[in-house]
Amino acid sequence: MSQDLVHLVYLLAALCFILALKGLSTPRHARTANLVGALGMVFAVAIAFGDGRIGNVGWILAAIALGVIIGIPAARAVKMTAIPQMVALFNGVGGAAAALVALTEFLATTGNAGMRAATVFGVLVGCVSFSGSLVTFLKLQELMTTRPVILPYGRSTAIGVSVLCLGLAVAVVPTASTALVITLSVAGLLLGVLFVLPVGGADVPIAISLLNAFTGLAVAASGYVLGNTLLIVAGTLVGASGTLLTRMMAKAMGRSLTNILFGAFTPAAIGGDGG
Amino acid sequence: MTGEISLLTIFVLSVFVGFEVVSKVAAILHTPLMSGANAIHGVILVGAILVAGKAESTVELVLALLAVVFATVNVVGGFVATDRMLSMFSGKERRR
Repeated sequence: MSQDLVHLVYLLAALCFILALKGLSTPRHARTANLVGALGMVFAVAIAFGDGRIGNVGWILAAIALGVIIGIPAARAVKMTAIPQMVALFNGVGGAAAALVALTEFLATTGNAGMRAATVFGVLVGCVSFSGSLVTFLKLQELMTTRPVILPYGRSTAIGVSVLCLGLAVAVVPTASTALVITLSVAGLLLGVLFVLPVGGADVPIAISLLNAFTGLAVAASGYVLGNTLLIVAGTLVGASGTLLTRMMAKAMGRSLTNILFGAFTPAAIGGDGG
Repeated sequence: MTGEISLLTIFVLSVFVGFEVVSKVAAILHTPLMSGANAIHGVILVGAILVAGKAESTVELVLALLAVVFATVNVVGGFVATDRMLSMFSGKERRR
């Protein structure tokens, strides 16, 4: 199939996503907008099979079928009140997928320095989003305490792990070492947990929104690794709109973002109202 | 213009579009918008299909297929959950 046609359909899908996000901002068009987004996704996935030589088609279709079998009942069966934690789960698996795509492409071809930088970003942010979202799910589902969890030396541990992640990420770019990338993903998973544990119950939706934006950026990074414009556009759209949305949500609740994310680390917030 | 610079151009312009499209969202639509954006980043499914399609070793294929399953759950779950949320909203709007 002609690559021009593939890229035109990618452009069409990107337009659908932009219109979907725009329409979701107004109550009247929100439901139609969601369908426009879904339509864009159908176009994008269908044309992806014509993007270059795609093998293993049977396996891929089976994997998609499995995903549909898991996804639709999961979204339909949950109670309305449980939808936020389902969104968190869907966001988490999206983050995991972004990390896996970057990792797999890295195993196939280590690429140049720019691509490796995008790879480590995709793997790290995707892993943080995955494990962070799982913790937010556990909190909202009340499978664990909804109160902020303050680990002993939590702050120093979180800073230590962040520095470790940063160090590993920087080290991968010149070395292209697979072992380092795998270590980085484990450290990223740990960082995601440490990042969300101190967030208290009422603030969890804001943390989900931020992780949602993170996943968007991880998708954009994976798109850069693959040289795929649609992934870059859609991922960046979600990353940018998600960041702005997170700020607006925090503002609507009368809270500052730094207070929500790091408030539990400051001694004054532990006993008090945190405001 | 080299390939990488054009990708960077697309990235930077997308950031501005992303900020612009949600700048006037009503407060009650924050959660559905988050859920809709969540479904849209499921587009990583396209990336997962592309890496699965050219996977040569078993490890690559397994990782890529896992990504396909995860991304599909993200896409279909995301759109279905958003639709359920909005169906509740539209009911409220009509009653008003």
